[in-house]
Amino acid sequence: MKLNRLILSVPFWFPAMLLAQGSGVNPDELLKPLRESWPTYNGDYSGKRYSALTEVNKSTVQHLTLAWMSQVYAGTEEPAQGGRRRRQQPAKLIVGGEGSGDLAIRGGTIKASVLEVDGTLYVTMPDNAWAIDARDGRELWHYFWKTKGGTHIGNRGFGMWNHYLFMETPDDYLVSLDARTGQERWHKVIADLDQGYFSTPAPIVVGNHVLVGTGNDIDSPGFLQSFDPETGDLQWKHFTVPMAKGDAGLDTWASLDAARHGGAQTWIPGAYDPETKLYIFGTGNPTPAFTTGTRGPGDNLFTCTLIAVNVDTGKMAWYFQTSPHDMHDYDSAQTPVLVDAMFDGKMRKLALTATRNGYYFTLDRVTGEHLVTSKYGQLTNWAEGLNKFGGPKYNPEKDATVPGSLVSPDSDGTVNWEPPAYSPDTGLLYVAEHNSFSIFYLLDVDPRGSMGLGGKEEAEVGSDGSYLTAIDYRTGKAAWRHKYYSDGGGGGGLLATAGGLVFGGDGAGSLVAHDAATGKPLWNTRIGDVTNAPQTYMLDGHQYVIAATGDKIWSFMLY
Amino acid sequence: MLRFLVIGVGVAAAAATCVLAQEMPHRVGGFVPGQKRPPGDPVQVARGKTVYGVNCRGCHGADLRGGDLGGPNLLRSQLALSDRDGELIIPILHGSRQNEGMPAIPLSPEDDKAVAAYVRSVVGMIGVQGTPPSLGREAPSVLVGNAEEGKAYFAVKCSSCHSATGDLKGIATRISDARILQSTWVAGGRERRGAATTNGHTPTAVVTLPTGEKVEGQLLRIDDFLVTLQLADGTSRTFARNGDVPEVAVHDPMQPHRDLLPQYTDKDIHDVTAYLVTLK
Repeated sequence: MKLNRLILSVPFWFPAMLLAQGSGVNPDELLKPLRESWPTYNGDYSGKRYSALTEVNKSTVQHLTLAWMSQVYAGTEEPAQGGRRRRQQPAKLIVGGEGSGDLAIRGGTIKASVLEVDGTLYVTMPDNAWAIDARDGRELWHYFWKTKGGTHIGNRGFGMWNHYLFMETPDDYLVSLDARTGQERWHKVIADLDQGYFSTPAPIVVGNHVLVGTGNDIDSPGFLQSFDPETGDLQWKHFTVPMAKGDAGLDTWASLDAARHGGAQTWIPGAYDPETKLYIFGTGNPTPAFTTGTRGPGDNLFTCTLIAVNVDTGKMAWYFQTSPHDMHDYDSAQTPVLVDAMFDGKMRKLALTATRNGYYFTLDRVTGEHLVTSKYGQLTNWAEGLNKFGGPKYNPEKDATVPGSLVSPDSDGTVNWEPPAYSPDTGLLYVAEHNSFSIFYLLDVDPRGSMGLGGKEEAEVGSDGSYLTAIDYRTGKAAWRHKYYSDGGGGGGLLATAGGLVFGGDGAGSLVAHDAATGKPLWNTRIGDVTNAPQTYMLDGHQYVIAATGDKIWSFMLY
Repeated sequence: MLRFLVIGVGVAAAAATCVLAQEMPHRVGGFVPGQKRPPGDPVQVARGKTVYGVNCRGCHGADLRGGDLGGPNLLRSQLALSDRDGELIIPILHGSRQNEGMPAIPLSPEDDKAVAAYVRSVVGMIGVQGTPPSLGREAPSVLVGNAEEGKAYFAVKCSSCHSATGDLKGIATRISDARILQSTWVAGGRERRGAATTNGHTPTAVVTLPTGEKVEGQLLRIDDFLVTLQLADGTSRTFARNGDVPEVAVHDPMQPHRDLLPQYTDKDIHDVTAYLVTLK
């Protein structure tokens, strides 16, 4: 994004003239650390979610106050008479999509990271996207995609390349919009809906690549694709399970057929290291998820794995499997965090990841070398010891069984998709830690194994505490834990700032600013349960902090 | 899989498989929410089932999930999932995969289409997140524990709060399904995480104000910033919290259940369940 903004003075009651402003996101700008704007899913490529802004800090945060709130309405739904819509005129509605338009879409939840570029916010929900004025929350345009179906579980947001926006849809399209008008440029099929694929990730734009992952719960292979931002043409496709004889990892499956149906979906955006040109992302569970059946007893590569691929070729440079032979749906779909920091007396290029299975890892991000493993989920009990690569060694006795197996964490995990944050000032990785328990019952005793995520019943039986946990990357040990009063603590993810703060929902109805050094709560506001990761940006000399609760976006600032 | 927090779609259930739905009424298909798969012709599907039984079942199984002769599971075949009118399935019947071990199956053109229609109809029965259309055999009983050892465990760990002749009298009659009984007692009477506590097991708290005044009541809610008590007279009172001020002491009668979660072995759980099912 460039700073020479084109300010349009348009009266707000003339919606046809409303345009998002500015000159978009120059891909070269994305190589820089996060500063005034928020131009990509994690703010910058590193995945730190660390803002250098300091106007809001430990001293001033007590004065942080509401700037505006904006509620979005999905689909073509109009608010009821006397409804709560704040504006007289609805924003310009642009309708796309190949569905018949008769599927009832009833609202949704903002789990997306919002892009802030040139004073405009770009936000998504499944099938829906909006441009919103970052200064007052006014809608500029609304794009609605008529769906053909698919699992509508969430959408993580836009990718942006100059004036072009890219979003994925639950029915497996990559849709490109003109950011200024919301008009569609093109849409491309990225996966086969009939095969059970559904797409939630925020595309990540690197140079002239739009990196696109997808999801699937039924025994289909995972893959990551790269598209041309101008034309939407496919540049490369990287499968995350072996698809042919001779492919790496095939010896960890019982058969090629098992591998080709083995899962490893790519449903959370990764981080990118410009120096090595490596895009580093995590993969999902193997299928069938809860039975060894056709999979065989091996590690089932590259499921539940952190993978580094060359962004120009899609070729894998290294991998590290964080849940070998997963049996509890512990997707490694977490955001890895890339940091340059001291390790054993040397400056190292590191990748940090706290995964759904309760384990934390520090890796060398150039080579994939394993450096640290720790169990940050304090009650995690599905593994015993480590394998020769430094990954947890799964304990078959904790598989789903007919009489029931008590396992921590539950299949939702110690943390799920919610992005962590890292502060170079403290050297701490901040992550939500949920010490939940489930009894896993095996229902499908067919020796062939079950399918997809089926064949089991999971009874959630309680939690022995949830925390905001600050992990020291050098040891994997928690520097401190701040106890949440709800299992929803951590909300939709975290934000760290140079003001010495960590922002996140507490699951008890507040957005909270914590002291990044101690976890002590310094400020809260009761906006409801936060559903995305808080973000921050600078406009007109003021630092804004935004967070979503369901279909509402809240913006706070210092006056 | 992704965590299912909020699913914001009203799903128009696919009614593509009425024939099979009658045979397997316990499970409604739809692994692609909202998707409308074209309904098959019931006569064609029935014919296809017959032809499948004769020609395909030995290798691919009666339930299409793989048979004794080693054929792959057709319900997770990407090709079968994508087939619309036999255009993907029929070439394989004609022998396009003989190199991979799939023999050519000579059928009439009508039967080619019928088999494809039958496969599609079963595909349409796949449940949410890939659950097989039929789980096959009933899962065996969860009762594998030793009731005597469960009784002994109960005496040591549970009897300070619970009694076989008191609160748990007839528990196995009230909850007749052993699996539900087990999940329920391990959860401390709650079946779902985050559910409100019930049965009079509401936590209580004592708030000690800086003045020394103590306020006691049922704990309605607590977080880092507020604590709300319901007092004996039915009114509620909320206090702002600032770190350790005022002092809040919570007594949660359910805490022992949570404290036990990291301590149970699976055998402990199975033994106690075997004991509890005797409390008719």
